[in-house]
Amino acid sequence: MDDLKAKYLGQIAEAADESVLEAIRLAAVGKKGEVALKMRELGKMTPEERQVAGPALNALKDEINSALAAKKSGLEDAALDERLRTEWLDVTLPSRPSRQGSLHPISQVQEEITAIFAELGFSVAEGPRIDTDWYNFDALNIPGHHPARAEMDTFYMHRAEGDDRPPHVLRTHTSPVQIRSMEKMGAPLRIICPGGVYRADYDQTHTPMFHQVEGLALDKDISMANLKWVLEEFVKSFFEVDDVELRFRASHFPFTEPSAEVDIRCSWEGGALKIGEGDDWMEILGSGMVHPKVIAAGGIDPEIYQGFAFGIGIDRLAMLKYGIPDLRAFFDSDLRWLRHYGFQSLDMPALHGGLSR
Amino acid sequence: MKFTLSWLKDHLDTDASVEEITDALTDLGLEVEGVVNPGDALKDFKLGYVKHAEKHPDADKLRVCKVDTDEGELQIICGAPNAREGITVVVCKPGMYIPGLDITIGVGKIRGVESFGMMASERELQLSEEHDGIIELPSGAVGDRFIDWLAENDPAKVDPVIEIAITPNRPDALGVYGIARDLAARGLGTLKTRAFEAVPGDFASPIKVTIDADTLDGCPLFAGRVIKGVKNGPSPQWLQDRLKAIGLRPISALVDITNFFTFDQNRPLHVFDAAKVSGDLRVHRAAGGETLKALDEKEYTFGTGQMVISDANGPESIGGIMGGEETGCTEETVDVFLESAFWDHVQIAMAGRALKINSDARYRFERGVDPEYTIEGLHRATQMILDLCGGEPSEVVIAGDVPDHSRAYKLDSGRVQSLVGMEIPESDQRQTLTRLGFRLEGNMAHVPSWRPDVQGEADLVEEVARIASLTKLQGKPLPRLTDGIPKPVMTPQQRRQQMARRTCASLGYNEVVSYTFIDKPSAALFGGGGDATMLANPISTEMSHMRPALLPGLLQAAARNQARGYMDLALFEAGPAFHGGEPGEQHNLISGLLVGRTGPKDVHGASRAVDLYDAKADIEAVLAAIGAPAKVQILRGAQSWWHPGRHGRICLGPKKTLGVFGELHPKVLKEMGIKGAAVGFTIWPDEIPMPRKSGASRPALDISDLQAVERDFAFVVDAEVEALTLVNAAAGADKALIADVRVFDEFIGGSLGEGKKSLAITVRLQPSDKTLKEKDIEAVSGKIIAKVTKATGGTLRG
Repeated sequence: MDDLKAKYLGQIAEAADESVLEAIRLAAVGKKGEVALKMRELGKMTPEERQVAGPALNALKDEINSALAAKKSGLEDAALDERLRTEWLDVTLPSRPSRQGSLHPISQVQEEITAIFAELGFSVAEGPRIDTDWYNFDALNIPGHHPARAEMDTFYMHRAEGDDRPPHVLRTHTSPVQIRSMEKMGAPLRIICPGGVYRADYDQTHTPMFHQVEGLALDKDISMANLKWVLEEFVKSFFEVDDVELRFRASHFPFTEPSAEVDIRCSWEGGALKIGEGDDWMEILGSGMVHPKVIAAGGIDPEIYQGFAFGIGIDRLAMLKYGIPDLRAFFDSDLRWLRHYGFQSLDMPALHGGLSR
Repeated sequence: MKFTLSWLKDHLDTDASVEEITDALTDLGLEVEGVVNPGDALKDFKLGYVKHAEKHPDADKLRVCKVDTDEGELQIICGAPNAREGITVVVCKPGMYIPGLDITIGVGKIRGVESFGMMASERELQLSEEHDGIIELPSGAVGDRFIDWLAENDPAKVDPVIEIAITPNRPDALGVYGIARDLAARGLGTLKTRAFEAVPGDFASPIKVTIDADTLDGCPLFAGRVIKGVKNGPSPQWLQDRLKAIGLRPISALVDITNFFTFDQNRPLHVFDAAKVSGDLRVHRAAGGETLKALDEKEYTFGTGQMVISDANGPESIGGIMGGEETGCTEETVDVFLESAFWDHVQIAMAGRALKINSDARYRFERGVDPEYTIEGLHRATQMILDLCGGEPSEVVIAGDVPDHSRAYKLDSGRVQSLVGMEIPESDQRQTLTRLGFRLEGNMAHVPSWRPDVQGEADLVEEVARIASLTKLQGKPLPRLTDGIPKPVMTPQQRRQQMARRTCASLGYNEVVSYTFIDKPSAALFGGGGDATMLANPISTEMSHMRPALLPGLLQAAARNQARGYMDLALFEAGPAFHGGEPGEQHNLISGLLVGRTGPKDVHGASRAVDLYDAKADIEAVLAAIGAPAKVQILRGAQSWWHPGRHGRICLGPKKTLGVFGELHPKVLKEMGIKGAAVGFTIWPDEIPMPRKSGASRPALDISDLQAVERDFAFVVDAEVEALTLVNAAAGADKALIADVRVFDEFIGGSLGEGKKSLAITVRLQPSDKTLKEKDIEAVSGKIIAKVTKATGGTLRG
C-alpha cells in the first residue's frame, strides 16, 4: 500500500497539466482505478484483515484526492498566471476624459459669508438690480443735490419721452435692500443682502459691475460696539485666523451716523497677503450706525429702534482670501481663470467642516 | 485736499510729528491719502567744506578737492565749474543713495585718481532742476545735517505735503484752518486765532452790486469792493511755494491771493479787472441761451434760471462757479474789484452739473461755505492785496444779507453711549463740541456756521465719537436673537439657486459671472435690446442694454475662449435677466452652454460633438436637483434663438415652462462668432412649484420580492412620431404591472422606406401579488401592442 501511495503521489506531483492529472485520477481513484480494485478485494478478507486494510485504503484514497485537488488548483493558478502575463495594458494611457466643472469665486464667497452670518441669526434678503432713485438715494439720506450722488458714478436707465419720473438707476450699492427689507419685515431685523451693484467706472481696479454684501441689524439696544464685535467675528471666521485686529476709522456715509471705515491688520510679504499680523492696514469695508432718517424711511420708528449697517465688497474679499490679483478677470470668463480660481461642486462652505480646504 | 505742514502750523500751535498728525487725521475721518516728505530722501546728507581744490592731473575740467566732513577729510573729484576752495557744500559719501540720479554712489577712480563720493547739485537732490553747478551754501558748519540747514534757511524745500480725502459732509475741512480746528479738538495742539479788523475804505466803490429778488434764495449775500492802483505781478516766493506744493500753478499776486483764501479758509473769492467791468454788477437768473467765455477759455451757454453776474455788457461771471475771461485780472490790472459772495449749495450743485464745470469754487460752494466768513474774508483778502500789491480800497458794497443758519440740537450724553457703546463722560462730550465751535446752552448745542452738515442729534453723536476716536472702541458680543441652535436662514429659492449651481458644476460646467449689460445687437438676438432696458449713460456700446437672457453672455464668453484656442466649452451662469426697466422687472435664470465636442480627442474614442441630448440630460439633472416634478411634458415652440426643430420646452401644461433645451439657432451662432456645435439650456427656477410636503418624512418603500420580467418590442412608426408618445402609450397599457418603459433603439430609413422609423422599447413588468406566467406576459404584451398601435398608427416590427 505504501508503494501505491508513493507511486501516485509521485505521479501527481509530476503532472504537467490537467489532462495528465485526470488520467492519474482515473488510474488511482477512478471506478476502475487501482484503489477501487483494492477496495473490492476487501470482501475477500477476514474481518480482522478488513479492520486494518479498510481504513488504510480510505485514508489512501483521501490522500490521493486531496493531492489531486491541490495539484489541480496549483495548475489552474499557474494557467491563470500565464494568461495574466499576456494581459498587459499601458496604464499610463490617459483615463477616459470627464469634464471638471467649477463654481465662480463670487458664488463660493457669497456662500461662505452666508454661512457665517446665518450663525449670528442674519437671513439673506434680496432686491432688484434696477431700482428707483428714491430707494437708491433719497431713502438713504442722499438728496438730489448731494455730492455723493455725483461721486457714485451712477448708471441711469433710459427714460421714455414724456415719462417725467426721475430715471431709475442701476443700484450703486446693496443699501436699497435695507429699505425694502425694513418695509417688508419691520424690526427687530437682522439681514445680509448680497448681490451685484453698478458704478460707471472701469480701470485697473474698478469694473462697472461688482458685488457687495450689505448687513443690517436693528433692535432697541444695538451699539457700534456690537458692530465691531460682529465684524471681528466675521473677519476671523472668514479668513480662518484665530485673531485679528480691526481699526475703526471715523468716516462719513450719508446713511450712517456715526460712520466708520474699517481696516484690517495685515502684512504684505513678497506679494503675499497675511491677515491678522504685520504693520499694514487695509481698508475692507464701510459701516456705521443707521441714520435715523434711513430707519424712518424704512417705516420704522428711530426713537425706538437703532442699529448698525455695513457694506463689504464680495469680490474684494474673494481677492484677499484667495490671492486673486485682478478684479476685471472676475467677469472675463477666461476658462483658464475659471479653472484656476474656481471651486469644486462639493466644496460646500460650512462652519462645521471649515469654509475652505 | 493738499496742504503742507508749515501751512498747517500757521493755524495750529503744535509739537506733534508728521506721523502723529497724519495718524490723527485719518482717525478723525480726514483720511490721509499720501504724505510726501522731501526731507526723507535728504536726511543723511551733511555739510562739508572745500579746503583745497586743484586741477586733475589728467583732465582740464575736473578738480581734485579735499573736503572737510564730519568723518574727516575726503578726496572728491568734481567736474562742476563752481567747485573751488572755500565753499560750503553738500557731501554725498560712498554708500549713500542719490535720489536725483537714482544710484548709490561708491568709491571710484576717475582718470587714475581716487574719489570718495561727490558734492551734490540741486537737481541731484531733487530740490530743483538746477544743475549748472554744485550747491554752494552761504552758511552752515561742517557736519550739520542739510535738511536742518534747509529747515532754517529755505523751509519750503523740506515742507512735508499731506494729502487727505475729504468726505462730502466736511466742507469746513476744505480749508487748512478747518483741519487745524479738528486736530486742536483732538488735543494735538492749540488753534491759533487771529484778531479780525475790518479794512476801512477811503472812497465809495465805483462799482455797485445788486441781487435780483428772484435770485436771493440762491445768492443771499454778495459783497465786494474796488481796490485802486494795485501793482499786480508775481506773488512772493512763500505764496508761490505753497501753491506749488499743493499742485497749483502760481499766476499773479491777485489770482494767487484768491486761491490762497480758497485753500486756507475754504473761502472762494473772485477778482474782476475793474477797468473791464462796465457799470454795476447784478446777480440774476439767466433767461437761458446767454453765453460766456469763462476763465478756462471755454464757452458756456446758460440754462434758464442759472445764476449769473452781469454788468452793463451782459454776463461776466458764472455765479459761484467760475469767472469770465473778459473781465479777468491780468498782470496789467490796476483797479480790481474783489468779490466775496455766498451761494446756495443745492443751486450751485445743479448748475455745476448742468454746465459740467468742475472748479474749486463749485466744489466748495456745493458742499457748503461758511456764510459768516463772507465779509470777514473780503476784509482779510483786501489786507493781503494791500500788503502784496499796494493800492487803495473803496468802501465795501453789500447786497443781501447773511442767511439764517442758526439751529441747535439736544446733546443727549446717554444716547451717545447707547449708540456708540463707548464710555465718554458728559464733560468730555461737551468739551469736544465746544472745541469744534459749538456753543452749548444747557444741553442744547448750537451749530457753528461752518458746519452745514450738522442737521440733527445723530450728527452730534458722530462728532463726539469721532473726536473721542473710534479706534478705541471695544467690541461687545451681539446677543443671539433666540436661544439655542440658529434656524436655517435661506429661502427655498435661494437653496434652489445654490443647488442648481453646484449641480451644474458637478456636471462639468464652469460657472461664469458676466456683466448684466450687453450690446444691443446681442440683446436683440435674444428678444431684448429695446428702449426699456437701455442704459442712459453706458460706459461703452458693448454694455448698453440690460441682458434679456443669460445665453448671449455665455455665447460671448465662449467666443472669447475660442479666440484663445479653447474650442470645447461647458459654461453656465445663474443670475438675473431683465424683461423691463422697472424695479422688479427681472427674473432669475440658470443657463448652461455646451460648445464644440464633449472633450478633446482621446485614445478611447470617447470624444464626439455635443448634441441636444447632452443638454437634455443636464437640464433634467439640474431640474431634478432643484426639486422639479419628475412628470413633465416636452413641447416645442420656444423662442426664435433655438433651432426650430431641435429644441424642447420642459413644461407643466402648455403655459408653464420650467426650462428649454436644444441647439442654438445657426444664425445666432454665426452672429455671435461661435465655431462648431452649440447646445444649451435655460431654466426658470421660480416657475418650479414649491413642494407641498410639510415634513422630512418620505412615503413607505414598496418593493416586491417577486421576479421582474423585461420584454422588448420594436414598432415601425412614421418618422415624425415622438418617442414619448409611444412610451406613454406603452406605459398606459397596465399601470399596475408596468414599472418602466425605456427606448433603447431608433432606426430610420433603410428597408423601412422613406418617412418611417423603428423605435424599440424595453418594458419592465413588476408583479406585486404573484409570479408572472407566460400567459400573463402574453396578455400584457398584447395590450401594449394595441395601445401603441392606436396611439402612433405604427405596427409591431416583424
